[in-house]
Amino acid sequence: MNRTALKAGAAVLAAAAISLFAAGSGGSAPATPTGGTRVVFLSSQLNTVPESEAMRKIILAGYRGDVDFVNTTADNVSARMRAEAQAGRGSVGLVGDVDVNFTFYRNALSNVSGVAAQLKSARIPKRFLALGKLGSKQQLMIPWMQATYIMTANRSALRYLPKGANVNDLTYAQLLQWAKNMRKATGRGRFGFPVGPTGLMLRFLHGFLLPSFTGGVLTKWSSPQAVQAWQYVRNLWQYSHPQSLQYNNMSEPLLSGEVLVAWDHVARLKDALQRRPNDFVTFPVPRGPKGRAYLPVVAGVAIPKTAPSRAASVALVKYLLSLNSQARTLGAVGFFPVRGGKLSQRLGPGLLKMVATVRKQQNAKKVTISGLPIGLGTQSANFTRVMVETFVRIAVRRESIRPVLAEEKKALQTIMNTVNAPCFKPDPPSKGTCQVR
Amino acid sequence: MATEAAAVPAQRLRRREGAPYWLTLPAVLYLALFFAWPMVQAFRLAFEDPSGGWSLAPFHGMVNDLDFDRALRFTLLFVVVIIPIQFALALAMALLVNARLRGRGIFLFIFVIPLTVSDLTAGLVWSTIFTELGYLNTVLERVGILDRPVIWIDPQKPNLLLSEVVVAELWRSTALVVVILVAGLQGIAKEYTEAAEVFGAGFFRRLRHVTLPMLKPALQAALLLRIIFALEMFAAVIAITGRSATTLARQTYEWQQTYHDEHIAAAYASLVVVLSLAGAIVVLATVRVRREQLG
Repeated sequence: MNRTALKAGAAVLAAAAISLFAAGSGGSAPATPTGGTRVVFLSSQLNTVPESEAMRKIILAGYRGDVDFVNTTADNVSARMRAEAQAGRGSVGLVGDVDVNFTFYRNALSNVSGVAAQLKSARIPKRFLALGKLGSKQQLMIPWMQATYIMTANRSALRYLPKGANVNDLTYAQLLQWAKNMRKATGRGRFGFPVGPTGLMLRFLHGFLLPSFTGGVLTKWSSPQAVQAWQYVRNLWQYSHPQSLQYNNMSEPLLSGEVLVAWDHVARLKDALQRRPNDFVTFPVPRGPKGRAYLPVVAGVAIPKTAPSRAASVALVKYLLSLNSQARTLGAVGFFPVRGGKLSQRLGPGLLKMVATVRKQQNAKKVTISGLPIGLGTQSANFTRVMVETFVRIAVRRESIRPVLAEEKKALQTIMNTVNAPCFKPDPPSKGTCQVR
Repeated sequence: MATEAAAVPAQRLRRREGAPYWLTLPAVLYLALFFAWPMVQAFRLAFEDPSGGWSLAPFHGMVNDLDFDRALRFTLLFVVVIIPIQFALALAMALLVNARLRGRGIFLFIFVIPLTVSDLTAGLVWSTIFTELGYLNTVLERVGILDRPVIWIDPQKPNLLLSEVVVAELWRSTALVVVILVAGLQGIAKEYTEAAEVFGAGFFRRLRHVTLPMLKPALQAALLLRIIFALEMFAAVIAITGRSATTLARQTYEWQQTYHDEHIAAAYASLVVVLSLAGAIVVLATVRVRREQLG
């Protein structure tokens, strides 16, 4: 190679290297600002890919500020919040989580009573705001969105309702009679439960069935009322569709007509309601001897004490609670609004029907609010297994109720002891590990 | 001079004999590190209790698991049912493909398409066929065989569920066996069948006395593969039956991923390995391949 060319090449390279180095250290390409109006929104909700994409592209698109939506597991959220609180400074401006999870890092959260006062016009139900106090006197969390479980029926099934039954105020006994009538008329069980491997049957059992009959969950496990509850669901199974053991999502069987009346999570019923809103009606869950128990899953937002810019965080909270954002959230990810107000007709008749039922259910008078189990951690899948196994053994395999309850009671107690989990609603709060009685 | 020339090749020969072993060393190391060692660890887990001591507790836990009987029964029955049916079908298809009929290329291509689908997808496809208002019932009603839909996916009928899973797997994986058997058939020298034809043997006689014996190496390989895969199947069972049926492989998955008990999961996995080994021994013992048949 020509020596001159080599020298020239080396000189060019050196010049390029020096100029790059100078540019880098000169700070001409700034890193992401840690302060300013950019809010880091750490959330354990809307974790799936389509949901988080919807959050960024649709829901947050209406917000004029800068938001970095970061989602991760609930455990990671808790760990990060506690770490930032301990360090005394952090980058998270807003944290979103399920209501029960906030208790794990309550010390990291700031008082947002002022923000709640500013949101009075949103008419968030008092019950939900009370959840946001996390057992203290301060408002530590603002409800953000909710999900719950309702019933849906094919319009053609309404003619089989027992005489005198009001579909918006059914009792479990009337539901059973309705299922019987459908079976007689069609020759098949037409009531459906989501008992498939990823179905949410667990929630029906501990959030709806058991509390409606016994007033509790684990503390009333072996009570005579519990035996009645399991007897009831065994009877109901006779008039239910056998494929329920395969259904994970009730929209499909409702749409295909295999099932005429179903119970499921709103997100899983959404599909049927949106596709054929005129064919389906939604209505609140029935009430049992001890009242109408239902399980609202309330997600909330909280501002950490270490938030870089409180003003920016508050602005984001106000946006998330605005009618615009709540409507977008419902349309995009199927989580329901916590605020009052007339929602846009553009959501479509199906979703608006569901909102009406969710509001009816939440505003009903004698209602028992159930809660999600707290602190099960690694045992939550085991807990699901035990509950669903109890159902399958009693209702499907028709084993004797009391011996099954006694066996599963031992399994449940082992689970609670392994993680020292406290009792959860509607059981009264326990000091220490919940005792299954 | 001549003896020197003879001695050198002998030395080179001995050195070359070592070369193959050295060349396989990387692969052996890889297998040892990423397969053998984890397998040993997994077996160890199956004989350990949570405190780390030797114990048969995982196996007790496995046997007392509510689903153990159903899982074992389903898995074993599945293997026993699918193998004969699949091999009969595959042999018929392979003979068809090998008969050099026109369009056999397209024929083979179409046979192989289901193989590109995972067993979960196959399960999902067949569950839409078997569901109460799915394709099967619709067709049968249309044609007049049924008055009203039959519930095919019925938790009270485990044998029906088994046959549905068998059908889904037949659809999906018969092509695997077909491909192996076609390769085996093409390896049989035509002289043998032609000679048999000359001596007056009909089609079935030729099949029984010439083709099948010469096909033994391929049959052995296909049987080994198929038995091992059959013991591992679980996604199709989940898709078609939901909670109504389960297999040993599914229980392994559930105990590890869902219930977070790695010891019982390892116990289940060990059982699957032992059954696979037993199946392999049975195959090797019954489908004996004589050296002259290796062609």
